[in-house]
Amino acid sequence: MQSGEGNVLEQFRHGDLHAFETLFRLHQRSVYGWILRIVRDRAAAEEITIESFWRIHRAHARFQPEMGFEGWARRIGSHAALDWLRRQRLERELPMDLCTEPAAPQTPDPAVAAEIRLKTAQAFERLPPKLRIAATLAVVEQLPQKEVASALGISIAAVKLRVFRALRLLRKDLEQQGVTP
Amino acid sequence: MKERDEERITKLLQSALPPVSADAEPGRDLWPALLRRLDAKTVAVPWFDWALGGALMVFLALTPSTIPLLLYYL
Repeated sequence: MQSGEGNVLEQFRHGDLHAFETLFRLHQRSVYGWILRIVRDRAAAEEITIESFWRIHRAHARFQPEMGFEGWARRIGSHAALDWLRRQRLERELPMDLCTEPAAPQTPDPAVAAEIRLKTAQAFERLPPKLRIAATLAVVEQLPQKEVASALGISIAAVKLRVFRALRLLRKDLEQQGVTP
Repeated sequence: MKERDEERITKLLQSALPPVSADAEPGRDLWPALLRRLDAKTVAVPWFDWALGGALMVFLALTPSTIPLLLYYL
């Protein structure tokens, strides 16, 4: 770590607003990009980035400069995104329009393929947020499991388990909708 | 779930949800909004309420027999 950045981190830890702005300018793009990967909504990602940095500022006294800012900020951003996903899930309360339709035939018809993709995306949104966030980062974004584990504050084994459960639930949901993956 | 099933569902998921560009950036400067958020006053409990609550706790600790009476009137 360069001494200049080290000083900024130390000043931030003591509540210096200018140091916080410097860190915000340095890391906002990275944190925003990380959150966008999770929530996949630009406007929401902007709001969650603001919320994350607000939490970061509030927790400045607990920051440990030797641990680095980026990983810490990502972890706080992941938690803020998880809270947003939970709220979305509660607000939406989508009627699970499941069952009754026959299985989709194996056909290259683009309209059918588009419908299957839509149903997959909808089923994915219905997953429990904790499973969804792990599957988004590890499967959709194809990020290393170590990176996902670090950002979520869980072990690599827990990431693997959440991804496995997410895929299993997704398959069951799709089967109920008549889509055989 | 079989390994082949897992691969199929993974591919389906990746085709339904394409990855987000890694170099995406916010469409606006977020600093002013963050400053407003930092400046917003948090809901503060007046000192008198804290004092009253503290006095009540002390009173209840000294005379626990009054707790059922207090609960009855709440």
